[in-house]
This record gives sequence, C-alpha cells and structure tokens, in this order.
Amino acid sequence: MKYIDEFRDGELAKQIGARIAAEVHPDRSYSFMEFCGGHTHAISRYGVMELLPANVKMVHGPGCPVCVLPIGRIDQAIGLALAQGAIVCTYGDTMRVPASESLSLIRAKARGGDIRMVYSAADALALARQNPQREVVFFAIGFETTTPPTALTLQLAKREGLGNFSVLCCHVLTPSAITHILESPEVREFGTVPIDGFVGPAHVSIVIGSGPYEHFAEEYRKPVVIAGFEPLDVMQAILMLVRQVNEGRAHVENQFTRAVTTEGNLKAQALVSEVFELRPSFEWRGLGEVPYSALKIREAYADFDAERRFSLTYRPVADNKACECGAILRGVKKPTDCKIFGTVCTPENPVGSCMVSSEGACAAHYSYGRFHDIPVVTATAIEEATP
Amino acid sequence: MRTDIDQPASGEAPAHRPVKKNYTRPLDIKHGRIDMGHGAGGKAAAQLIDELFVAAFDNPYLRQGDDGAVLPLPGQGRLVVATDAHVVSPLFFPGGDVGCLSVHGTVNDVAMSGATPLWLSASFILEEGFPLIELQRIVRSMAKAAQEAGVPIVTGDTKVVEKGKGDGVFISTTGIGVVPPGVEISGRNARAGDVLLLSGTVGDHGVAVLSQRESLAFETTIESDTAALHTLVAAMLAAAPGAVRVLRDPTRGGLATTLNEIARQSGVGMLLQEAAIPVRPQVDAACELLGLDPLYVANEGKLVAVCAPEAAEAVLAAMRAHPLGAEAARIGEVTTDPHHFVQMATRFGGRRVVDWLSGEQLPRIC
Repeated sequence: MKYIDEFRDGELAKQIGARIAAEVHPDRSYSFMEFCGGHTHAISRYGVMELLPANVKMVHGPGCPVCVLPIGRIDQAIGLALAQGAIVCTYGDTMRVPASESLSLIRAKARGGDIRMVYSAADALALARQNPQREVVFFAIGFETTTPPTALTLQLAKREGLGNFSVLCCHVLTPSAITHILESPEVREFGTVPIDGFVGPAHVSIVIGSGPYEHFAEEYRKPVVIAGFEPLDVMQAILMLVRQVNEGRAHVENQFTRAVTTEGNLKAQALVSEVFELRPSFEWRGLGEVPYSALKIREAYADFDAERRFSLTYRPVADNKACECGAILRGVKKPTDCKIFGTVCTPENPVGSCMVSSEGACAAHYSYGRFHDIPVVTATAIEEATP
Repeated sequence: MRTDIDQPASGEAPAHRPVKKNYTRPLDIKHGRIDMGHGAGGKAAAQLIDELFVAAFDNPYLRQGDDGAVLPLPGQGRLVVATDAHVVSPLFFPGGDVGCLSVHGTVNDVAMSGATPLWLSASFILEEGFPLIELQRIVRSMAKAAQEAGVPIVTGDTKVVEKGKGDGVFISTTGIGVVPPGVEISGRNARAGDVLLLSGTVGDHGVAVLSQRESLAFETTIESDTAALHTLVAAMLAAAPGAVRVLRDPTRGGLATTLNEIARQSGVGMLLQEAAIPVRPQVDAACELLGLDPLYVANEGKLVAVCAPEAAEAVLAAMRAHPLGAEAARIGEVTTDPHHFVQMATRFGGRRVVDWLSGEQLPRIC
C-alpha cells in the first residue's frame, strides 16, 4: 500500500533499532510515555518493543478516548436510549465500555435501546434528518481530533434548524491530561513513575499544533517528540527522545512534520471555539476530576446540547474495586500488575475500560503482547536445543 | 405464458382429461412478491415450489416429491453431515449472492472433513413482500452453484414470516458427504513441526460485502471469493495421501480465529510469518481505512491446511496447480505451546499474538 508501507518497513526499523541501541547509555534506563492510544496500538501490533534495547521502556499513557470515559457518562447515554427512547449513535469502541448494572451500550441495545454505531458525526446528523419524528443523540467522545467534526455537525444542525438532534458532549483535552500526570504525586514526589519524556500526540497535534506542548518541556523539563502513528514514526521519535535525554535537552520536537505545524489547524480551532467552551471540571476514568480538561457546548447551541435538552445530571460511579485501570492510565501500574488482567477481565468481557479498545493498554497487551509474559517454544527451537 | 389448465408434473399430454382443472395463473415473477400464502402450505406454496424451486433445482430425488428425499447408501467410508445458515446483508454483493454462498458454505464445511459432498438440503425463510424476481435470481444462482459443484439439492422447505420479521431471505443448507476410508482429517490432528498452508488471499469476501453496506458504500474492484473447495481438497489429498492433518475454511472470524480454533483443539501453538500471508492491495487498503485487520475478515473460498512437513511442498504444488489455489502459500508452522498462542512474526520485525476475534467485527457477513 503506497504511502503506508514506507512507514512500516522492516529494514528501516532494524536500522533505527540499531541506532537507538548504539546511542543509549548502557548504565541508565530510559522511560518514555506514549500519550496516545494510537501509539500504544502501533507499538503492540507491530512488536516495536522487541526492536528496542532492554533499557528503553515505554509507559502507556491515558490517550485512549474510550478508556478515559467514566462510567457515569456511559450511564447517561444508556439512559437516553432506554428511558428517553432516543436513537443514540456513537463510535464503535464506545459500544462495549462497561457501565453500571453490568450494562454497556451494546447490552443496552440488546435490551431494546436504539443504539447505532456510526463512522462519523455526519452520519449521526444524517440519521436525524432521516428520522424527524425521533430524538437523535450523538454521544460525542474523543480528544481534539474528533472535536472539530462534532463542532461542524452542531453548526449544520443549527443552520438547518434540526429540532430532533443533540450532542452528549464528552470531548476531552490532551494538554490538561498531560499536566495532570506530570503534577501527580507519583511523578513529582515519589518517582514511582519515572518519565524521561513524551511521545507526543499525532492526530491531536495536527489540530492543536506543537505549540501547546512548549509549556511541559519548559516547566517540567521533559522532552516531547510529536510522532505519527506508524511504527517507524514511533521508533524515530524514541531515537529523538534518547538523543534529547543524552544531551540534557528538554525541547518540543516534531517527528510528524508531514502533518503537524507549530500553530496547527487554525480553521478547526476557530470552529471548535465558536461552538464549545471549557468545562470547569470533568471526571476522567483513572484520573478523577481534572479541572478545565473537557469541553461543553456554548449557550448559543444550547438547544443541541443533550445535557440541557434532557436535563441530565451527572452522577459519578466508582470503578470495580479490583480494576486497576486508574493506576494503569496514570502509568503507575502495568496491565500485568492487575489481578484480574486476562482472567476475569478480557476483551470479550471487559471489566475495566482499558480492556475495551484495541488502543487501551490492557487490550493491546492482551491481544498482541501477552506472549511476552510466557516463553514460547517453537519446533525449530526444540531441535536446536536438543543435541 | 397463459394456460387454462395446469401442466401435469409428468409432462404427458392433457388432451383427453374429462374434468378441467382449476385455472391457476402462473407466478408473476416480474412484478410479484412473496405473501403469507406462499408459506401456508396450500396451493400458492405448491406453485411457488414447482415454478421457482423445482424448476431451478430439478433432479430425480427432488422429483420424488415426498416429504423427504430417499437416497442410496453410499459405498465405503463414513458419512459427514454439516449445516450452515446464511443471513448475509446485502443479499447481492460483488462476486456472488446469498444463493451461491449457501451452496458453497455447506459444500465447504463437508469438504473440510476430507469428504466428497453428495447431496444438499435447503430451507428458506422468506420475508413477506420480498420480490419474486430477486428470489428467482437467488434460486438460480443456487442451482448454478450446485450444478457446478456436482452436488444436487435433494430436498427443501419454505416458510414465510411477516414483513419486518425477517430480512428478505435467510437460507439454511445441510450437506451430506462421504469420507473415503483412510482419510483422517480433524482440527485435533495438528502437531508441532507441521506446516500451515493457505490456499490464497484473505479478506476478499468480507470487504466485498462491506463495500455494499448502506452505511459505508465505497467503490472497489474486490469481488467475493465465494467458491466450492471440494475439488481443491480432493487434489490435495491425492497429492500426498495421509499428509494433510487438518483442513478448515476461514469464514467468520477470518484466518486468525480459524487458526486459534485449531490451536486449541490440537493443544498446540502456531507461528505465522506476516510477510507470507497473501492479501490483495485493495483489501489491505480498505481494511486500513476502516480500521479492520484482514486476518479477521471473512473468506468464503479459501482453506487453511495443516500438513506434515515432509509432504508440504507436494501439497502446496497440488494447490497451486488448482485454479482455486493458484496463490497458495506456506504461512507458518505449528509450535509446542501449552498456552495455545497463535503468534506472528510481523513484517516490521517484531512479534505479536494473533488472538481470537473479540466482539463482532462485521456482523451478517455470511
């Protein structure tokens, strides 16, 4: 596949791997957090860790939009479908996130809720046009990448005067989540999460630009390298991070120059700020209430805000006690540190949100990487071992 | 054509019959639709069966006209029975339709035991309001597929459900076949060191069906690979008797899920080579765009074989010599692994687990 295979080339990967191995200081370890689920997925799916020296560690960050959705928000969406009889539409992975009373959107669908998977916000709007007699709610999730399409949808709905369309807005912001992690006691005081730098978001940065990360680099002395979602992007970003650490630098660097500029997509930013404003606080799964970390719909679009339209109140719900998603999302624990990982909690029966999306740390490790936990014997290896 | 009397089934001249039979207008295939009467077991049902189904499937067993088909006992060997329901949406897709799919699917299930498929039964659940012209197209496609495979449809059933209670046509088929003496094929037979062979590209069927879905509808040149695989199986078994241990067609859940099933049944692991697995560039591109993995996308005309290592080349050569196996490839090996992991050496140079499909990737694909 042209323009894709070039970024998945095994020969180049080997070369970058060798370069990283040659440049790391053997007497220290390097620990980088990849913020985005897209990076987590690429690292697991292509087996990037195996091409890195043992003293380079990757810590999975909270950048999987499905994983950070708290139970209370899913409950709201389920309520809209089951109690209000609305058509609730959302992106695929959101369907399986566990909610209260052993429900999820997909289970609520089996109980008669009209819940539909859409590929884009525009599809939700089309559903509203096709079903004028029904309430259609778009359950909008995601970071800055999915926010502009939602904003555009709201603008269109307003322009068309669609009376049956609204948005349950759960859009969250990347920079505030990174600050929250850097401010957490585990990173600042106890040093339980050693983070030497960040692999910065890919698609999010196309929208917001590389500017917003300058603050972390300066204030917290952590290098940030913005990287694309292809495995070679990630490997090159790791090499760039190793170099910054070795040179004692903490700058924002851009590996993803084919798409990301300093100022980002100004049109999209203008669109977003016309429709949305900051929420004073928003609950994230794993991180808890994070101030100014999410968006809500502005007064001018109040008619299209599902929270106002259906007078929804937010009721926080605690995660399952055994679930370690919170600590995993903060980078404090690894999936395998969780007692229920791979036993009670699997992709078929996710207990925690990190097991839902293939971008989640637990699902990525379970689906692609769990053989690392157990040695595997091939027939060839047996032959070699037998004299 | 208009006739004032029914044509007797036997075809003899009706000239001297003393009593005129009731006039029955022939089925209006062009404009007619299925109504509840077609499933009521009365005259309308009999007419639908005669003019549409029997006309297309015609064979001596079906012509017996009894509740069940009476079949001769096959000679030596053991009987295999397989059954499969087909609920694909949409009913027509590039490269096929629910009709030929319902023949191929069951013929293949029978063939994966190493059997020669002999007969099929077919049961139709029709939705009230379904256009007869489309039903005829489906039935003719089934008849053609059965004829080409040399496996007659010997008995059947038709039911009608109210509008909104079905989705056009559901077809359930059952196949009977015979495994020749000495052929022992089962998902339990894979052993460490065995070789994994795949008969061609993966993901074609799933992507072809998906491209026609209303919510997605993208243009593609991809066609479904739907095909009957029993002659390919026969060629493989003849090339190296006793060497093929497992055969399976990777339909729903794709190659990944099929290999996991075999690994669990046989209590082994597997190691695949990503670079060796053939995928059409168009399928690869569509999957990339939709966030799918071709290893999990359904196939309807492919098989995977586990084969003794010493005979692998002979079997592979036999596959490549058959039109349905021209792109056959050796994709990996069976390993010893108490956890039954299917692993893959990625093209990128790393390694990962290729797990069971979780959740529904593409509903109603076959």
